[in-house]
Amino acid sequence: MKEKLKSLWQKLFGDSVRAFGVVSLVFLVSLAIAPAKNYFSEWRHYQHGYLKMIRNRSDAVTLQRHFQGGIQQIWLPDLGVVDRCTSCHVGLKEASLADVNVQPFRPHPVIPHKLDQFGCTVCHRGQGAATTVAEAHNSTLAWEQPILPAKYIESSCGECHRGPLPGVPQLNQGRHLLSRYGCVRCHTVKLPDATTMKPTDDPPSLEHIADKTTREWIYAWLKDPQAYASTATMPNFKLSDDDVRDISAFLIANSTPLPGDTATLTAKAPTDPTAGASLYGESFCASCHAVQNAAGNLVGGDLGPELTRIGSKVRPEWLQAWLRNPRDYDPETAMPHYRFNDPQVATFTGFLLAKTDSDLLANVHLEAATPEQIAHGKRLVSDYGCASCHEIGGIKKPENFAPELSRIGSKPITQLVFLPGMQHTLPDYVAAKIKQPRWFGQALKMPQYSFTPAQIDSLATALLALNDRAATLPPSLTVAAKLESDYQPAGKAGKLMTDLACFSCHRINGHGGDMAPDLTWEGSSVQREWLVEFLKNPNTLRPALVRRMPRFNLTDTEANELTDYIMTVYQNPAIDRDSMPLSGYPQGQVELGKQLFYGKYACQGCHIVDTKTDKGYIGPTLTNVGSRLTAAWIFEWMKNPQALRPGTAEPNRAMSDEDARALTAFLISQKGGGKSEVAKK
Amino acid sequence: MIRHSLTTNTLFAVVLVMSLAISCSHRTASAPPPKPTAFGAAIVESSGGKQTAQTGASLPQPLVVQVNDEQGTAVPGALVEFSAAPGVTFDPANGLTDSSGQVTTNVTLGGMAGRYQLTASTIDKARKKVDLRIEEIALGYQQTLGRQLSDQYCDRCHNPESTVERLSNFDNLEIKPHPFTEGDTLNKISDADLTAIISHGGPALNKSALMPAWGNTLSKSDIQALISYIRAISDPPNRNAGPVYAEN
Ligand code: HEC
Repeated sequence: MKEKLKSLWQKLFGDSVRAFGVVSLVFLVSLAIAPAKNYFSEWRHYQHGYLKMIRNRSDAVTLQRHFQGGIQQIWLPDLGVVDRCTSCHVGLKEASLADVNVQPFRPHPVIPHKLDQFGCTVCHRGQGAATTVAEAHNSTLAWEQPILPAKYIESSCGECHRGPLPGVPQLNQGRHLLSRYGCVRCHTVKLPDATTMKPTDDPPSLEHIADKTTREWIYAWLKDPQAYASTATMPNFKLSDDDVRDISAFLIANSTPLPGDTATLTAKAPTDPTAGASLYGESFCASCHAVQNAAGNLVGGDLGPELTRIGSKVRPEWLQAWLRNPRDYDPETAMPHYRFNDPQVATFTGFLLAKTDSDLLANVHLEAATPEQIAHGKRLVSDYGCASCHEIGGIKKPENFAPELSRIGSKPITQLVFLPGMQHTLPDYVAAKIKQPRWFGQALKMPQYSFTPAQIDSLATALLALNDRAATLPPSLTVAAKLESDYQPAGKAGKLMTDLACFSCHRINGHGGDMAPDLTWEGSSVQREWLVEFLKNPNTLRPALVRRMPRFNLTDTEANELTDYIMTVYQNPAIDRDSMPLSGYPQGQVELGKQLFYGKYACQGCHIVDTKTDKGYIGPTLTNVGSRLTAAWIFEWMKNPQALRPGTAEPNRAMSDEDARALTAFLISQKGGGKSEVAKK
Repeated sequence: MIRHSLTTNTLFAVVLVMSLAISCSHRTASAPPPKPTAFGAAIVESSGGKQTAQTGASLPQPLVVQVNDEQGTAVPGALVEFSAAPGVTFDPANGLTDSSGQVTTNVTLGGMAGRYQLTASTIDKARKKVDLRIEEIALGYQQTLGRQLSDQYCDRCHNPESTVERLSNFDNLEIKPHPFTEGDTLNKISDADLTAIISHGGPALNKSALMPAWGNTLSKSDIQALISYIRAISDPPNRNAGPVYAEN
């Protein structure tokens, strides 16, 4: 071996000439490598490919003129962006390449931002300064950001846009779900604007649970909440039979009774078997509560709990007390106090108790609980953090029960534990955690949700938006969310509105639900007599709506009190209610209005004025609009509906004052007269 | 010094060759297909074609295909394999038909907006491949915004089907509008004319005033988004709807 090396050495460097020759050769080769490396670089390869591709196109000249060779760069010091992506993605700004289907030559799809102002990595992440495909896209180093997969791209919008945003349903939906499923009850999410994300679910207090239901039902529910109600937001904690036995024992033993809940049942249910169903329909319970129909489809809203199997859950006495006044049991409930009379309560009780599912409790047989079981149950309730969501007597709400998620979108992957076979990326980790938390360890406490794949993608999108960049952006670069106000109406009427839970559906001054119209300007909009009558006996204005205003059985005094309050307080400063009369318009003007209604503006496409000819039912029926709305409101509405009710589907026609006045004259002359049979069709 | 640059350069060359090799052979690994126990003659779509989803998102409904024999009866136990352009994923990517002759798969579309051509194939008795082509539509940001606006402002009149949340007004209209998927009509209307009728209402194109003017309600970019959406979902496809992504 040594000999061989020696002879080789001799051959190469034996004399000075040879040595010189060899050394210069080595030099030459190594010098040549640098330009060769440059020559063979990926971006040059792609730029060549691009030029070849555009050569035979009809728009070749323009494209050629726009083309700039060499390394390209978007440099935005404010955003910390040095993006060289355009070195390979050469055609990003060429709209005429829309037919090209090979990357990296596709033009960028239309978005509301300019590439020169935002760069690439602000939205797509990845390594902007890199000049090779591998380094830019799939960074191999743990602290670097890989490219964000397309399905989560909306998370980047959420870094700056803090509120709901048009065109990004996935981000909006994800944020909604974080609140709706109470994720933020256990996981604190501090938002960059220094607020904290609030839950919008409504987990009941368990302080008096023994009044409401049985230990058997609690057992079945804890084993599998979705078996009772597929829409339940309560997750499955995958508890063992023994654990469920003990938790149910503790909850029942820990419950304290409320006096009203045990009152004996009063009136008998009526003999008419359809009475319950029609009362349920008339009271529009389905606006908030869903029930599974015979075909297995859920029919109804999701503001309140699903009622498909309610009869297998509640105690009759409790149900009766709840229907009389839900606020006695839960002062915060979203359910209105309907003021049902005794026969109505009895009818409902009978109707709802019949909604049972014999399978639900068939296999639940519990023996009397022992003190050890109760004590164990109490320990489990603490361990699983039940009090993060539910009020439970004697158990304190835990602080920060689960890891805070305020910066989850920037969690370094070195801090994550991946499962075998899983891609080592943050989005994959987040999605897998939501999909099957216990994959990551049987002892983990995070429960199992039954989200669809689309919901998981949405949640991951919303979470990935919670990152370092979002948290540290200067406020000037962000678009703030509209915060929910804490508006509360005052005085006696205010109390009444809380009792009727008006805010569960209606929004006033930035507070409340979105199921029913915003009432902020209701006092400028309607006539007093109509409102009193409507509150006492709401007939439907929009036959096409599934959800409707229920009848609360108000007394005359209550209806008048409410009306007075609405008429005086909910006034639009720009509208003088009395500035235009409710009658007495010249016949010519009314006639002109009619022509405009049926001709120029074709309002009959959506509204009914004449029940014989008009059929449209997107908008409210207008047969008696002259007895309902003020003329001043109609006039302003014609001029600009969105100014009075943002987001309304009524198109803004930019009407002249003359047209608006004529239409007002025509509409105010529609005084109706009990044409509600159409409305009911 | 020289030795140093030499090693880095050779290393670079090796890495380059390797990465080229890897990028050429880059295919998503999927489980090997099971052995078929039966062979059909034809493969047809049962449901799940012509859906729309956002780029990169999973389709709302699974794709279901069925293998039939010469008589058109379902064949259980036949092998079906799904394939498409890179970026599209199938879960599962292959499988044997169930007792009703069907295979169901969940599809996630690629990250670019446009039409995706999927292929479902089976093997017939002569061991020849029989293909079925199915098209799905991926919506980019602009089209997604358009879909949202259409849902809010247009669908009640333009979509004859009712949903629980939205009763259709279609039947109540004296003059029937076209559903936005109706390419035969809408493809003949230029972008400029679409902008005109949406902004200024039916009379702008000598059509009925039942089509309201939206130019004061919607912004220019909203209207562009609507047009982009209408073009994207049109059937037959619009000329300007962008590329088709098929397996290469
Ligand atoms: C009140 C019902 C209604 C609404 C709401 C409505 N349209 Fe129309 N639209 C019509 C009618 C009716 C026609 C047919 C006019 C004709 O053929 O004379 C039409 C026609 C059209 C046409 C021409 C092609 C065709 O179908 O004949 C387009 C494009 C169109 N509408 C777009 C829209 C868009 C975009 C929206 C939402 C911003 C919208 N429409 C909302 C009723 C409506």
